[in-house]
Amino acid sequence: MGDSQASTVISTAPHKAVVELESATVRFCGDSGDGMQLAGSQLTNTSALVGNDVATFPDFPAEIRAPRGTRAGVSGFQIHFASKRIFTPGDQVDALVAMNPAALVTNIQDLVPGGILVVDNDSFTKRDLQIAGCNSNPLEDGTVDGYQVFRVDITRLTRLAVKELGLSTKEADRCRNFFAMGLIFWLYDRPLEPTLRFIIDKFGRRPDIAEANRRALLAGYNYGETTEAFAHRYSVDPARLPPGLYRNITGNQALAWGLMAAAKLSRCDLFYASYPITPASDILHELARRKNFGVRTFQAEDEIAAVTAAIGAAFGGAMGVTGTSGPGLSLKSEGIGLAVMTELPLLIIDVQRAGPSTGMPTKTEQADLLQAMFGRHGECPLPVLAASTPADCFDIALEAWRIAVRYMTPVILLSDAYLANGSEPWRIPSMSELPPIEVEHPSAASDGKPFQPYARNSRLARPWAVPGTPGLMHRLGGLEKQDVTGAVSYDPQNHQHMVDLRAKKIAGIAKELAPLEVEGPSEGGVLVLGWGGTYGALATAVRLLWQNGQPVAHAHLRYLNPLPANLSHILARYDRVLVPELNAGQLRKLLRAEFLIDAVGLNKTTGRPFAVREVVEAIENLL
Amino acid sequence: MSTDVLTAAPSVIPAAPQRLTPNDYASSQDVRWCPGCGDYAILAQMKKVLSNLQIPREKLVFVSGIGCSSRFPYYLETYGMHSIHGRAPAIATGLKAVRPDLSVWVITGDGDGLSIGGNHLLHCIRRNLDINIILFNNRIYGLTKGQYSPTSLVGKVTKSSPMGTIDHPLHILSVAIGCEATFVARSVDVYSQHLGMVLQRAAEHRGTSFVEVYQNCVVFNDGAFDYATERESRAEWTLELEHGKPLVFGKDRDKGIRLNGLEPEVVTLGNGITEKDLLVHDEKAPQPSLAYLLTRMHYPEFPEPIGVFRAVDRPRYDEQLNAQVQMAIEKQGPGDLDALFREGDTWRIE
Repeated sequence: MGDSQASTVISTAPHKAVVELESATVRFCGDSGDGMQLAGSQLTNTSALVGNDVATFPDFPAEIRAPRGTRAGVSGFQIHFASKRIFTPGDQVDALVAMNPAALVTNIQDLVPGGILVVDNDSFTKRDLQIAGCNSNPLEDGTVDGYQVFRVDITRLTRLAVKELGLSTKEADRCRNFFAMGLIFWLYDRPLEPTLRFIIDKFGRRPDIAEANRRALLAGYNYGETTEAFAHRYSVDPARLPPGLYRNITGNQALAWGLMAAAKLSRCDLFYASYPITPASDILHELARRKNFGVRTFQAEDEIAAVTAAIGAAFGGAMGVTGTSGPGLSLKSEGIGLAVMTELPLLIIDVQRAGPSTGMPTKTEQADLLQAMFGRHGECPLPVLAASTPADCFDIALEAWRIAVRYMTPVILLSDAYLANGSEPWRIPSMSELPPIEVEHPSAASDGKPFQPYARNSRLARPWAVPGTPGLMHRLGGLEKQDVTGAVSYDPQNHQHMVDLRAKKIAGIAKELAPLEVEGPSEGGVLVLGWGGTYGALATAVRLLWQNGQPVAHAHLRYLNPLPANLSHILARYDRVLVPELNAGQLRKLLRAEFLIDAVGLNKTTGRPFAVREVVEAIENLL
Repeated sequence: MSTDVLTAAPSVIPAAPQRLTPNDYASSQDVRWCPGCGDYAILAQMKKVLSNLQIPREKLVFVSGIGCSSRFPYYLETYGMHSIHGRAPAIATGLKAVRPDLSVWVITGDGDGLSIGGNHLLHCIRRNLDINIILFNNRIYGLTKGQYSPTSLVGKVTKSSPMGTIDHPLHILSVAIGCEATFVARSVDVYSQHLGMVLQRAAEHRGTSFVEVYQNCVVFNDGAFDYATERESRAEWTLELEHGKPLVFGKDRDKGIRLNGLEPEVVTLGNGITEKDLLVHDEKAPQPSLAYLLTRMHYPEFPEPIGVFRAVDRPRYDEQLNAQVQMAIEKQGPGDLDALFREGDTWRIE
């Protein structure tokens, strides 16, 4: 494809039939070096910009570069865009782009029958097949029967498109993802401008690379336009979302920004202490860039140092936060106990991943709930909150910090790999519309009376007196404290009293929480009760069943400890309660223990989120 | 706390308005170490030094871990945290990072600081936060009733080593020098004046000051440092370091340390050997090699040096962290969240 053709402004002459769709799901998959995450995020941003609701699911290996072309090295990015509200990235995909045989054979089962399959025809040589462990060519052995298969010479056409720029073959081949993007953008009638802008921003310092990517993108688009291969193209109208200004946001970014907003609203300095760990590290990266907001980040020597440094900062009056994933939460346990004992406000973020041990670091799971609830020695209660969608990670950060300072307690905030890396449109709030978070530090004592660090207000919270304040000198610590005075105490009755008091303080938070809301019928039938990142799958499944008039309701827990005060009433109103979780039944265990109800579980630990159909089937089995 | 308050912190802590006596730094808590414990002497010197420096009590924070020494913060009328085992340096790091205006002290022991908390100690020292770490070394676990510690000498018979320990001991100051500590010193619990001098130098140093104090545990390891504390042997088995002075020791000050190749050796002055032949102490040497060599001198092969081994200047973590914040504000302007949220691609839905 020549230069003149590649750089021509695209005409959108509708000489091919345009089919209007309510939603579409596309997955790019290829080698982890093929730039599939970039392709997916560009399609996501563009779809969001044209007003679609979007939900995404990046799925990549833990290895930075697994051997090229192997099944272990396959990286994928799935995006669902729609003209209606959607809550999940979709169970199955309508179009699959596979850059090599390994990607094809590991992803083809998720393509809907009759779906569109685009492959890089140049990447199915004997050697490619061998590396992917294929005994025969999947394009010819029946594997792709029943799909609309488009064998496009992506590698050859990309090289041609960038030929005049004098790049090495390796550099030219790096542009293949832009060719694939261009083709998909044409197929789904997406504008190229956002990606062209992105190319300038991202590759501006290497004009030759920027130009190559631009040409590859246009070449892909023009390929769709000019070849006779595709009979149709598709369009997806804007969705009707609540009015407002939107942007696309991932869970980790929303969480980082939520922390910054919480610091601002509480007039505290944010101190984020963390040890690098997948999938939480992006929170550290985002915050480390925000020093001009007064954010201090501390990359600690280990997980224990991270939590204890955050405790030190909290003692000093800052907003102490530590973020990690499951293995790190285990290491922080003793430190969290110290924060419970010293009654200092602190946030502990656990972006859950598949465990135990190193497990599957890039895959999602909800199996840290019981660790968050009980993973400490002694009677050691603290509030546990869970985010339900990527955008909700912003709101929940504010909520968690509000509780931490209001009750002088560490709070565990649960996210997961699916929320952390997934994205959705976020209605951008204005800071002035967010309620302030009140923080009170007692001022210098002048009455000469001894300061009582463990005196309490009506919420049973003790004062947050910070070093530097004259007259309020006091000593905190892990030893049991006498109520009111804070002196070390081994008195048996005092210990009983303090254990009870710490429990009562946390339980009392329920009084101030918004009651749990139920979507759907208010009694009878099945209640689907979930928590955390499964929100999208559960909400979608329930809505599907509503279309058939099925008596199904959905409630989603934001507060795991304390549980909402109205939960027991809600549970009593339904015939059956289904608790879907990406673990072996941890919330169900809590519900059974707390409310003596015969809740039924839907449990899965594959490292992948629920498919909507799995949830629908489980509900149908109970109806 | 707003950013302004934190970053505008003065590097020198202003003196208290009314003169504070050593006793003013004592809390109302009864001191509960065993009678005769070396910790009493260290506490007394600490109060004296704080009074000498007139640091306002509310500006002081003592952070400790677990062990006998870690009870220290309870006995001072300052802010304090008696935290969990080994983690005091990390807690102090977080505190100092957000509150550079405070005078932060870590009190630790050989078990707390070098065993369970060894990692934090290394990293705290290498970062050179402007804090003071005082490590009470009694070469034994006292609070847990007498097991050997990482500084117990090989062969030490304890409840957990009935046939004698086979663990090679850590030499604390060698470890500190290995982390390129900017201030390294040693003193002995019963050397009141010397200990006071060392603590004061530690307080005045900007950066992590690391001080080892030989401390006698009367119950589980009584007499561990007799060679350094007994009137007759003290002058023979300790060597007081003075910056710019040759290494001379002995009751009659007739012995010294000479460098033989890369090894120190004990020589007797006279017979042609003069002070000019001796190693001259230089606490400000940019390379830590000489200071390291001094930390390798152990009883009974050598007299053990006491005093300041090393005192050099290097940028401090807390200062640099807060300077980066200031620099970012100057370069990019103070952060505006509304603007940040609207950066990049956005769209409006009516």
